[in-house]
Amino acid sequence: MSRIDVNKTYKLFIGGAFPRSESGRVYEIKGANKKFIANPSLASRKDLRDAVVAAKSAQPGWANATAFNRGQILYRIAEIMEGRSEQFVNEICALEGVTTKVAKSQVDAAIEAWVWYSGWCDKLSSVTGSLNQVSGPFYNFTTPEPLGVVAIFAENKPSLLGVVRTLAPVLAGGNSAVLIASENYPLPAITLSEALATSDVPSGVVNILTGKSAELAPWVGSHMEIDGVDVAGLSKKQEEELKLVGADNLKRIYRFNPDNHPERILSFMEKKTVWHPIGI
Amino acid sequence: MSGFEYASAPESKAIANIASSYGLFINGKFVDPKKGKSFNTINPATEELLSKIGYADKLDIDSAVKSARAAFTKVWSKMPANERGKYLYRIARIMQERAREFAVVETLDNGKPIRESRDTDVPLAAAHFFYHAGWADKLEYVGVGSKPKPVGVVGQIIPWNFPLLMLAWKIAPALAAGNTVVLKPAETTPLTALLFAQVCQQAGLPDGVVNIVTGDGITGAALVNHPDINKIAFTGSTEVGKAIARSISATKKSATLELGGKAANLVFDDAAIDEAVEGIVNGIFFNQGHVCCAGSRLLLQENIAEEVLEKLKKRMSLIRVGDPMDKNTDLGAINSKEQLMRIREISNTGDAEGANRWSPDCTLPTKGFWYPPTIFTGVSQSHRIAREEIFGPVLSVLTFRTPAEGIEKANNTMYGLSAGIWSDKGSKVLWAAKQLKAGVIWSNTFNKFDPASPFGGYKESGWGREGGRHGLAGYLTSDAKVAK
Repeated sequence: MSRIDVNKTYKLFIGGAFPRSESGRVYEIKGANKKFIANPSLASRKDLRDAVVAAKSAQPGWANATAFNRGQILYRIAEIMEGRSEQFVNEICALEGVTTKVAKSQVDAAIEAWVWYSGWCDKLSSVTGSLNQVSGPFYNFTTPEPLGVVAIFAENKPSLLGVVRTLAPVLAGGNSAVLIASENYPLPAITLSEALATSDVPSGVVNILTGKSAELAPWVGSHMEIDGVDVAGLSKKQEEELKLVGADNLKRIYRFNPDNHPERILSFMEKKTVWHPIGI
Repeated sequence: MSGFEYASAPESKAIANIASSYGLFINGKFVDPKKGKSFNTINPATEELLSKIGYADKLDIDSAVKSARAAFTKVWSKMPANERGKYLYRIARIMQERAREFAVVETLDNGKPIRESRDTDVPLAAAHFFYHAGWADKLEYVGVGSKPKPVGVVGQIIPWNFPLLMLAWKIAPALAAGNTVVLKPAETTPLTALLFAQVCQQAGLPDGVVNIVTGDGITGAALVNHPDINKIAFTGSTEVGKAIARSISATKKSATLELGGKAANLVFDDAAIDEAVEGIVNGIFFNQGHVCCAGSRLLLQENIAEEVLEKLKKRMSLIRVGDPMDKNTDLGAINSKEQLMRIREISNTGDAEGANRWSPDCTLPTKGFWYPPTIFTGVSQSHRIAREEIFGPVLSVLTFRTPAEGIEKANNTMYGLSAGIWSDKGSKVLWAAKQLKAGVIWSNTFNKFDPASPFGGYKESGWGREGGRHGLAGYLTSDAKVAK
């Protein structure tokens, strides 16, 4: 008799813990072969608000960590993912119905993205800041600073890479994140949260919700403690609606091309300019 | 001691040479509005009529945008970058040549002291053109990739507090990056923009690269909503900024927004008190407090509060309020009756909510719009005068005990445009500068501006920066972002 598998319960990731949705709701995820895989949580508005509370309180600590430290933690995520590579590959194959080779290249690209963004953490000020030559006896410099709490709607597919290439730049800039996973392919995002939980990422810096983007998008748009949104996984119409309500606190709302790019980091950073007189 | 009295030292109006009426500046020419409507612009210090100004409606906006689009596709985006730069250098030089004329017109139309228009607004405006002229052929070094492209036609809307300077902040980087513009000056201060149109003519700037359409909020909305605009650059209130964000939410338009502020000016107990007092005065009474980044919330460390307030009141008693054309004047006229009413309304809530008002003895002129330099003590964080932008010469004073409490109070606002720090301890200054959630931090100084220095806010103080490399980037397209 073959052994019965011990299946995983896929839950949310909020404040470093793995709670079920407070709403008690789940939805069914089937694999490419139409067979049942899991009942992930169907996150509610309250779950979103809890996630924002966790993100908001964790953000200053993450922002005040040294950039070198943040870079090491992002690199550590790559290390942990590398060790779990097979698990991600199997999950992607089952969900997306792609070959092992295709799934493997997606996992590799995701790991490479963490490594690439890790290296950016302590170079942002040098590359994108400036010492400004003002006309007067003043020392004047501009540096990028984290925006705060950034919400991310991950792309539907690629299910893992779509999460990593949106999440990594937000973290590299010192923000905390509330990521809403792909509605149809949410499982790799949750498995990623298990890697994050063992990578020294402080609790609350990343929070991951599963559920319906259309249900959560209006609440993301109107939440006054969310400072920026990556709308990768939203439709054009949802993006427009989110921008309309997001104007209430002037959220920074962007959609990026798929490639890794430093502007993905910088778009969710502010620029601070400091003046000080020079003299005796 | 009565001391020495100042004799009046009035600047002459003769150089201003203001025409009795102005049309719209479209496609290199002054044209009458299609419907022939006009509005008055007055001197807020005397309420005298200065000129009749053409009122642009939707049809006029459309012809201005068409002119800008034609200039963009046919001329400006095709011109070698160094040639584009030379036009900007020409503009900067002509503005310097006509600096005195600009300063006088600005003071007559705006009400600000001639000392400020002469020493700050006009030279800085010219410097903005000179600075950005040099960028025109170096755009590949801005940091947005090796092949930066202009955004296209930019609609620009500017406020009445620094009419010419805000024009320069908008037009200089837009043109340097290869865009063409349609600019709408504020309703109450159109004159220096129209004078600038003449400078464009003198510089031989190709027709349609700069278009200036005068009018009110309806004119501005027509510009924002015109389908052939690629970007909006706006300086003004947070309320209008949000309305603009909403109206472009379903379009491909991008936006730079420079909005309101309620800056904290923090004085720590190790500050050089006399210097701090000068900085406090400059922070809130510069330009009648009509400054989005004004240091309108004074946060004093408790153990020095009494001493600072005593010195501040003494210093405020020396502020000379009156004729803006007098070179000795420190505090000029409030820009409009409407703004005066707003200052009165919010300030009166300070009395009603239990704060203590103080102003030095000063005689205000009988004609025109005036408000005395005012401070409120005993202000709590929930008072309207501690939360809302008054945009006038009114300072709210709060206290704090520890540096951490000072930072917390400073950041307790929806705004994040600027902040001030006064301390003689370097490590504390840099610590505070890092903690403050604001785009511009003035430490042991205040209200300093420079073309090379990026300016702009965190949170609800806006989107993007103006000035420096970071400001210029906002006028170039990015290869990372999807414009939808």
